[in-house]
Amino acid sequence: METFMEYLKAFVVGGLICVVGQILIDKTKLTPARILVSFVVAGVVLGALGLYEPLVEFAGAGATVPLTGFGYLLSKGALEGVREIGLMGALTGGITAAAAGIGAAVVFGFLISLIFKPGDKS
Amino acid sequence: MPTRLGKYTLRLDNSPNIASFAAVGGKKEGEGPLADFFDILCDDTSFGEQTWEKAESRLQKDAVNKALDKAGLSPSDIQYIFAGDLLNQCTSSTYGLRDMGIPFVGLYGACSTMAESLAVSGIFVDAGAADKTVCVTSSHFCSAERQFRFPLEYGGQRTPTSQWTVTAAGGLVMTKDGEGPYVRQATIGTIEDLGIKDANNMGAAMAPAAAATLQHFFEDTGTTPESFDLIVTGDLGQVGSELLYDLMRHDGVEIQKRHTDCGLLIYPPDDKDVKAGASGCGCSASVLCSYLLNKMGNRELNDILFMATGALMSTTSVQQGESIPGVAHLVHLSNTKWQ
Amino acid sequence: MKMTASEYDRLNKQVSPNSSVVKNCIFAFLIGGLICTIGEFLTNSFLHMGMLQREAAALTSVSLIFIAALLTGLNVYDNIAKFGGAGTLVPITGFSNSIVAPALEFKSEGFVLGLGAKMFIIAGPVLVYGITSSVVYGVIAFLFKLY
Repeated sequence: METFMEYLKAFVVGGLICVVGQILIDKTKLTPARILVSFVVAGVVLGALGLYEPLVEFAGAGATVPLTGFGYLLSKGALEGVREIGLMGALTGGITAAAAGIGAAVVFGFLISLIFKPGDKS
Repeated sequence: MPTRLGKYTLRLDNSPNIASFAAVGGKKEGEGPLADFFDILCDDTSFGEQTWEKAESRLQKDAVNKALDKAGLSPSDIQYIFAGDLLNQCTSSTYGLRDMGIPFVGLYGACSTMAESLAVSGIFVDAGAADKTVCVTSSHFCSAERQFRFPLEYGGQRTPTSQWTVTAAGGLVMTKDGEGPYVRQATIGTIEDLGIKDANNMGAAMAPAAAATLQHFFEDTGTTPESFDLIVTGDLGQVGSELLYDLMRHDGVEIQKRHTDCGLLIYPPDDKDVKAGASGCGCSASVLCSYLLNKMGNRELNDILFMATGALMSTTSVQQGESIPGVAHLVHLSNTKWQ
Repeated sequence: MKMTASEYDRLNKQVSPNSSVVKNCIFAFLIGGLICTIGEFLTNSFLHMGMLQREAAALTSVSLIFIAALLTGLNVYDNIAKFGGAGTLVPITGFSNSIVAPALEFKSEGFVLGLGAKMFIIAGPVLVYGITSSVVYGVIAFLFKLY
């Protein structure tokens, strides 16, 4: 039962964050790229204000998998960087925390595009 | 010689003749209701080429060759070719036609290019500057997507007003004399802009230009919509067509009963991906060079106004927040020539 | 009399169909929620294998990015996104798709200026604004001793 609740929380919170994005797409003239940017920056700001941490504790992957979670990770990293090595940590902390994701996206992106080609759409 | 009627329209007194025509399409076009009218359909929309740009060039080349074939002519018989497409610097046309050795007049009118080439070619032939010409235009869904929108594999949703770029080309051979159909009149359109900024609603951006050109033509010639069997617009789609009716009604002219749109003919009406209709240079060109000219050939249609519409934005102008200007060129095609 | 731009704008709004927001939101909720649930499942599995929370979270992101990259290469991701909308855009899988799709697409312009340079045409701004705002936050945290 406990595991079920955990998955349910991840599902509902993650789904709701996506619904916010969908409303922005349908109701405003924001392009998808702008929405992604807004989500990441929102994640950084909410993380900085200490508001995102409780959501992560509540929903787990439901809060970390959406791009706001990526922003939260950046802000958390920046704070840890500053804590550990001072001002230089502001510069290195965020990227260090997000490095696995960025590295994976670049390398997989590269490899996949070596192997495959865009499909026929018409 | 062309005679000027009113302010915008030319009467082509020698009635240039459409000797032959051909349409080439891709897979989706081959599944549509007009498939039987196409000369060449290919299930593989890359047409065996390495890039989408090469595939589009190939479309144009095939359309020209097929039209020449049907007229029993070879490239060396042709004095001018009037061609254009949607890609930057019109490379589909120039690369597709570079081996043909035909004097080339490159045109850019976005999706209005087919009517523009018919008008310009008609004037050349009518004035005696040429007696055999070719008009051709093309578009390709994949090359247009990657230039104007997103990479093909990018996961995005199309809005309900967006239109689907046709993968097709249409080409025709125009001669001084022949059995028809004939190009009797041509109206070159003015650039109109009523402030539409949404690049996913091109029908709305182009409808004012279509309305202006139609009004100019009716005023110049003293005709009414009832003088024609059909008024065919290029790719206004559902939204643009509705807006055209409203704009014309605003000026007291009712065209809905006589009107159809190439963008609403080429795909099944229930296709979920197509949304508001089809678009692209190849849309009006291939519908003209398949369905419409066939219907004129068997006399189901005798007098039509063919008016292709174009949205004249670029990716840069859209990103800079500019509104989208439209243009529409009109040719009057008829089975009877001027007496 | 010619119609004015504002009259035309009104007319356009009447005629243009709106997106079916409710339906889109339901799909976004279901598909976005499902992707997050898969993420939760992966994290749990990695924890089960004895990884630390941090490693498990990082490996979850990497796995989701890989799956989305592969589905993009197999021409599947965009077909899910037709229904998923923001449900496929907002999760980290959408970030992956936005990197792989242009890399694939622009390979035809070469490996350096095509694949390499165009890889970030959509995701680039996410990194620019995400990283910049995190650095700004770090500097503020340093100056005001918030750590």
